[in-house]
Amino acid sequence: MSRLPKKDVVIVGLGWTGSIMAHELAMAGLDVVAIERGPWRDTATDYNIGTAPDELRYAVRQDIFLRPAQDTQTARNSLDQVALPIRKYGSYLPGNGVGGAGVHWNGHTWRFFPSDFNLRSHYIERYGKDIIPENCTVQDWPVSYDELEPHYDFFEKVCGISGKAGNIKGVIQPGGNPFEGWRSDEYPTKPLKPNLSQTMFAKAATELGMHPFPLPSGNISEAYTNPYGVRMAPCTYCGFCEWFGCANYSKASPQACVLPALMRQSNFEARTLCEVTKINTTPDGKMATGVTYVDADGREWEQPAELVLLCAYAIFNVRLLMLSNIGTQYDPVSNTGTLGRNYAYQTNAGSVGYFSKDVNFNPFAGAGSLGMMADDFNGDNFDHTGLGFIGGANINCTTTNGRPISNRPVPPGTPRWGAEWKKATADTYGHVQSVGTQGSSMAYRDVYLDLDPTYKDRLGRPLMRMTFDFKENDLKMSRYVVDQTAKIARAMGANHVSVNYKKGPWSVVPYQTTHNTGGAVMSSTPQDGVVNRYTQHWDVPNLFVSGACLFPQNAGYNPTGTVGALTYWALDAIKNKYLKNPGQALVQA
Amino acid sequence: MMRGTILAATLFAATALGAGIAKADPDNFVEVQRGKYLATVGDCMGCHVGPDGKSMAGGNLLETPFGNIAVPNITPDNKTGIGTWSAEDFYQAMHVGKAPDGTHLYPAFPYTSFTKMTREDTDAIYAYLRAQEAVENEVDRDTLPFPFNIRLAMWGWNWLNFTPGEFKPDPQKSEAYNRGAYLVEGPGHCGLCHTPRNFMGGDAAGDELKGGALQGWFAPNISADKHVGIGAWSEAEIVDYLRTGHTARSAASGPMAEVVSYSTSHMTEGDLKAIATYLRERGAAGEAKPQPLAASEPRMQAGAAIYDDTCAACHVGDGSGVAGMFPRLADNQLVQQTDPSGILHVILQGSQSVATPHAVTAPSMPALGWRLSDQQVADVATFIRNSWGNAAAPVTADQVKSMREETAGVAMPARH
Repeated sequence: MSRLPKKDVVIVGLGWTGSIMAHELAMAGLDVVAIERGPWRDTATDYNIGTAPDELRYAVRQDIFLRPAQDTQTARNSLDQVALPIRKYGSYLPGNGVGGAGVHWNGHTWRFFPSDFNLRSHYIERYGKDIIPENCTVQDWPVSYDELEPHYDFFEKVCGISGKAGNIKGVIQPGGNPFEGWRSDEYPTKPLKPNLSQTMFAKAATELGMHPFPLPSGNISEAYTNPYGVRMAPCTYCGFCEWFGCANYSKASPQACVLPALMRQSNFEARTLCEVTKINTTPDGKMATGVTYVDADGREWEQPAELVLLCAYAIFNVRLLMLSNIGTQYDPVSNTGTLGRNYAYQTNAGSVGYFSKDVNFNPFAGAGSLGMMADDFNGDNFDHTGLGFIGGANINCTTTNGRPISNRPVPPGTPRWGAEWKKATADTYGHVQSVGTQGSSMAYRDVYLDLDPTYKDRLGRPLMRMTFDFKENDLKMSRYVVDQTAKIARAMGANHVSVNYKKGPWSVVPYQTTHNTGGAVMSSTPQDGVVNRYTQHWDVPNLFVSGACLFPQNAGYNPTGTVGALTYWALDAIKNKYLKNPGQALVQA
Repeated sequence: MMRGTILAATLFAATALGAGIAKADPDNFVEVQRGKYLATVGDCMGCHVGPDGKSMAGGNLLETPFGNIAVPNITPDNKTGIGTWSAEDFYQAMHVGKAPDGTHLYPAFPYTSFTKMTREDTDAIYAYLRAQEAVENEVDRDTLPFPFNIRLAMWGWNWLNFTPGEFKPDPQKSEAYNRGAYLVEGPGHCGLCHTPRNFMGGDAAGDELKGGALQGWFAPNISADKHVGIGAWSEAEIVDYLRTGHTARSAASGPMAEVVSYSTSHMTEGDLKAIATYLRERGAAGEAKPQPLAASEPRMQAGAAIYDDTCAACHVGDGSGVAGMFPRLADNQLVQQTDPSGILHVILQGSQSVATPHAVTAPSMPALGWRLSDQQVADVATFIRNSWGNAAAPVTADQVKSMREETAGVAMPARH
């Protein structure tokens, strides 16, 4: 192993959080190196408009995603099962390379509700302590919505998010989401243009007494220059967002919003195709000394640094902490330890409406975040008394794409192939609209992450083991909100509505969502989390952790907006508190 | 008197440095800084950049119609650079195109422009070059084929194509105009690309800044012609283009991306305004605007269909583009040049625009040559050149074919 000259900051992973951290700290004058497992990727070269809209290459063959041969997880539904490795990523698709999952996302950019941040105490206060299900380990966040608001705002400005505010400084705004937390400012750009589906949904939801509003979109509606001087172009509604890199500079991503400015900084360096294998610590384990990584030729390097920022995808951050023996592994049986605890996912389901042939939805004119929403059954926006569950889901009516290979909706009962299937495809395409839900996922004592006792990766390190299933509380919640989606689909005029409830057990095969949260959660005390309210590790003060692994449980929203806000919240603490007194804990344990 | 004093001073300096060992006096900070700025204006780095990407250690091959010329090392290395040159040697090279041993330099080194520079300015550049790190990099200077390898031939070339002499300001014109003229005709050597060449590679008389072909591109007309020149550009637009590389109707790419990156983006606002003043006031050169092709023409209809499928998403259906990102094609002079090399190059091979501190995003145009036939490229270029108020001669499939051959293998610049 070769030891390299010491840097001020070493960053593990160059996705959203890594690139933002790198840019801000390099601007602050620090010498920063980011170490990224995958390849360098930029819009001009890798997401060229001449080749980017290739459904077979990207959506079917998963070109820009992590290969299980590089790293995978073992999965099981409960403690009594033996976990087996995921040999083809399905339920979720981790990104690979510069930009990370920030390249292939749809761009839904949410703020969690103020009550999401004090979830446990909020529910207990409103409904009494019996409303929390047995063995449900949800907890309050150690940071409030009010504290995060300026950082949500700045992240939205970096991304150029298109939307309509529903609450500006406490004043409810027509056309926006009346349930959202207060905002200091309007969205940076106006909402995308609705397609027919969104117009019909808005009308139907309003008639049903709900409060529709446009989905806050990272596919932006107009030309925009962000606070870093990086320019974006208006979305062309090409319908190649999720699983694709945007060729049009329209989808917020590290490539579109941060890297062009970051790459001009001479005190920043990116090392790609280099996988960090360990965070190194002093012999007493009280300080990080840097990282060890392996380059593309298999050579091992030690990169010492004053400050280590863990910025990989949620589950990989958690695994790297485990492999580095930093923190105490959570054990569900003895209910001890914190690392790996409170893993959560997302509870998604919905209804599909089949419409007459004269209703043309033109799904091909879509965008990842082209949608109308209703939050009437999300969070605690509705009375949970007697419903038997906590949590909720957003209701969405999106037109993401009409791509030729996989967008082939057919009515239930249609044969899977042959002449009848072909006819049904031709008859149905363009006349179908789903109304979906994206539901919260609570934390439970026996849902967690640890290292697998059997299976190892190509470097001989144990794989991460994921123990997860959909629990009764979340299934009940989902069922309740899916019933609302069916009402909306009928009110939109569907001839036939197919209602698809979420069912257990969780399967790794069909794609569900790449919203894996928790495992290294932020907490008020070292007893119930891995990092403090500033995302600083409780045991190792010069180690900060980013990403959705910080969430104590997951809300009824996509995580990226909150991941971005937490990154700027942490940066504020690093720049204005930590660096003035480096090596010290910002919160006394 | 002033001039005499300075000349005497530099001659003295030249004597002191004649031994070729001392670096520039570290105390002449002001002159070195001025020289650095002038070297930036002159974009010395554009050609002389060394293999390390930082020094001016040379080694690049400049393509000319007569063969490739290897660019010399101009770092103060005694063996492989210009470490033994005096300020007078440097002035002679800049002013009359001769090396210290009396051999002729090729006019790919634009002494035909640099001759207009004052001695004070060449001395400042000399002082700056002397203050740089010496880098040893041997460059083979004999790369031209016979008969162009006979440097003495340049004597005759100079006799026909070159008039030495410093810039003479026009007392009838403003200070800004004269400063602009000095920059454009002298250190900026804009004409080297933007003025058409005669058969000997000299400036075509009377066609200054009317546009010229180079390396599979066409350096556009930058005279004040309203149709194909910059006559319709405001001062602010010219300044923005040179400073940031991007305006609503244009994005610097190809060889001009380098010029903006190394040179104009670092120039002062005053100098950029002076250049704009000069270019806007010095007169127009260009043919009369032709009648646009009728939209009903079969080539126009075919081109319109290709445009809708392939171009409209970024450049927008009405050719209005996205300011600062995707150039506006309507009323875009670049696409209407008499010589369509620029638009064909960009369609066939793609191109990445320049990133500058003022515009960090460098959007790219994808290569489309792999999926459009010669006829299709010709039709869509013809359509763009004759729509939304544009008018220019139609493009033929043969023109596309030869551009395809000329640019084959010239991929987009590597990722950076």
